[in-house]
Amino acid sequence: MSAKSRIRLPDQATIGEVIEIKTLIAHPMETGTRRNSDGTLVPRLLLHTFETKFAGQEVFRAALHTGTAANPFISFFMKVPGPGEFEFTWIEDGGVKTTERHDLKVT
Amino acid sequence: MNVRRNLCAAVLASAFAGAVHAQESIGGAIERELETYRSMMKSDPWSNPGTLDVDRGESLWKTPAGPNNVSLEACDLGLGPGKVDGAFAALPRYFADAERVMDVEARVLWCMEKLQGFDHVKLLVRPHPGAGMPVKDLGAIATYVAYRSNGRSFAATFSHPKEKEMLALGEALFFHRSGPMDFACSTCHRDSGKRIRLQPLPVFSKPEEARRIVGEWPAYRVSAAHVMTMQHRIYDCFWQMRLPEVELGSDVSVALISYLVKQAEGGEINIPGMKR
Repeated sequence: MSAKSRIRLPDQATIGEVIEIKTLIAHPMETGTRRNSDGTLVPRLLLHTFETKFAGQEVFRAALHTGTAANPFISFFMKVPGPGEFEFTWIEDGGVKTTERHDLKVT
Repeated sequence: MNVRRNLCAAVLASAFAGAVHAQESIGGAIERELETYRSMMKSDPWSNPGTLDVDRGESLWKTPAGPNNVSLEACDLGLGPGKVDGAFAALPRYFADAERVMDVEARVLWCMEKLQGFDHVKLLVRPHPGAGMPVKDLGAIATYVAYRSNGRSFAATFSHPKEKEMLALGEALFFHRSGPMDFACSTCHRDSGKRIRLQPLPVFSKPEEARRIVGEWPAYRVSAAHVMTMQHRIYDCFWQMRLPEVELGSDVSVALISYLVKQAEGGEINIPGMKR
């Protein structure tokens, strides 16, 4: 599906402003401890890392574990250093990466 | 001796009173904690993963699919082909082309069948998701349609004779006890203060409660990690009552939804809701 994640940024920001960034992604966050109906373990499948770069520089990183709910919602704050592009990356067990890019309009 | 016995009785009585009092305050504390949890969930609509399925529903609505390879944009939800904004607020309604009263899911089902050429029977095999599985395509589309009535109030008119008939059937079903457990919807949803586990049960015969609750469906269920539609909610209630399986879009389901929507008349639509 095309709409797998959602990013919420302010329409525009000023340099030095503290903005909130909200992210949502569809993911089962399978813990690896559940069993299915025939008793076999459901293999672990987690997004183990979420990282954000702004203008090429890392600004936020989170390690996610088995206690994280399915379809994780992560929000954080950033002081705007200047104009640039956000790069949001979620890394799944096995190394599959989902990346979203969004411009921030700075006035 | 007598004095002593009376004293004992008095001590015992006050001990009982104390226990009852403690139980009430624990109940009150749990309710307060749950309310905090619910208000945190609702405080930021952006934190609701149900919105991901709104997006998914939108893309499904606009993407050609099915044997006929057409999108649903020609689907008439009651306001004319392709008109989505506000359509949900006026449902359920009578559709002359289908000669039936339909709610949003029954109508989307009809459009998927008639426009896109999907097999009706196949669409009705396991139409609702299991725990942890995402809502099915039909449910995602219905969630998107409902979302496009956010901020509006329930305003189905129930003026057509068929709509009146459906409403009367829904009200009768709501109060009609049946099945091995002799249950009716009203068994759980008639008196205030009832709950299943920690879920308080809304009293739908009271319009003020219906107005508050009905506009939250379809809702994201945190425990099941998916969006649950109103048809799914009713399907599950029937299962909990040990009644036969309700078919998605059947007259029984549409009748009950008609009754709920009528009770919620004027209530604001705010979708997707957020539930435990």
